[in-house]
Amino acid sequence: MSIATKPRADQSIDEDWAALMVAIRDHEDTQAFAALFAHFAPRVKAFLLKSGANETLAEDCAQEVLTTVWRKSHLFDPSRATVATWIFTIARNRKIDLLRKERRPEPEDLPWGPEPEPDADDVIALEQERKKMQSALIQLPDKQRILIERCYFGDLSHSEIAAETGLPLGTIKSRIRLGLERLRREMDADKE
Amino acid sequence: MAYSAGVLPEAFSLVVATHISMCDECRAALEAHDAVGGAVLEDAGEAALAPDALAKCLADIQKLPPKGPISFNKPAASTPKDVVLPDPLLDYVEGGIDAVNWRPVGFGVKQAILPTSKDASVRLLYIPAGVEVPDHGHHGTELTLVLQGAFRDEFDRFGPGDIEIADPNVEHTPVAEEGPACICLAATDAPLKFRKFLPKIAQPFLRI
Repeated sequence: MSIATKPRADQSIDEDWAALMVAIRDHEDTQAFAALFAHFAPRVKAFLLKSGANETLAEDCAQEVLTTVWRKSHLFDPSRATVATWIFTIARNRKIDLLRKERRPEPEDLPWGPEPEPDADDVIALEQERKKMQSALIQLPDKQRILIERCYFGDLSHSEIAAETGLPLGTIKSRIRLGLERLRREMDADKE
Repeated sequence: MAYSAGVLPEAFSLVVATHISMCDECRAALEAHDAVGGAVLEDAGEAALAPDALAKCLADIQKLPPKGPISFNKPAASTPKDVVLPDPLLDYVEGGIDAVNWRPVGFGVKQAILPTSKDASVRLLYIPAGVEVPDHGHHGTELTLVLQGAFRDEFDRFGPGDIEIADPNVEHTPVAEEGPACICLAATDAPLKFRKFLPKIAQPFLRI
């Protein structure tokens, strides 16, 4: 497989994706869309390939996901989710539609939608959390990080991971939990 | 986490989505797990798209009807669409709680199996106040979410919004509390094990 698996630092981590989303939402800004596309479309495609989609499906689906980003831009709430998280949820749902051919029930929407002018502090705080999360994920011991990643894009259940890696189920679950806990501690530690 | 990653069978996803609709704490936990998903996506590596991919997307976008001004109007003080069933369930039960196609399963208990993918099944259960569901164990995992009323078993009391998670080690006899009938949403990935003979022979007919 030609996809780089090792996470790496990326200058684009500092790009203000939320501002681009607002430009898409408010001004139908195709340049902002092109920038977002250049960053996220290859990641969505890699995510889908790692989830077991073939080349054609991953290509079509990545394009659809990015079109959905445009279509649903008015639903994006920068004080609740980062752009990466939001696109992840769209890609995941599309993946379930296509690969599993089943529905994924979604929770009821909160009674309040995105604000026209979200609180800037909330948006900044969320963005900072994202950066911490990102670096915390990269700093996890390889064993824990790989398992967490496989859970998300491997489309593997814990018992399927067990079958594939030969690790006992209990070990896998505790490693995943440990990994997530470390992520959270890493983020809490930075708060102080 | 498995719900966030999108690896649960549909039946379990439905229970989780319904529970999250009733529980803010778990909604927050879900959004935190989704955030990990976002971080994983950032680090998923990159796979080049076809050279004309962006052009194609832009062309698709041009075909969309113009959006017009976005309205941020909030729905007036959100009135629930159904008094018992949260939204995710309404996609599965057309017409809401009054239109559920209940089938009697004995002792006054009624059920309605909902259409989901075959890897696990999910049903609505109606247990009249004071009625006991026969003592049973589990071959797989059973999630039971209370929508109305409450039940007790050997372990705890479960009220609206609560989920009981039973695995193969759990054997229990749930009893509906006095008051309004207990309505639950229950998902299983394997048939239940009844200890008594009679429910056992009825089992294949009731599909539980």
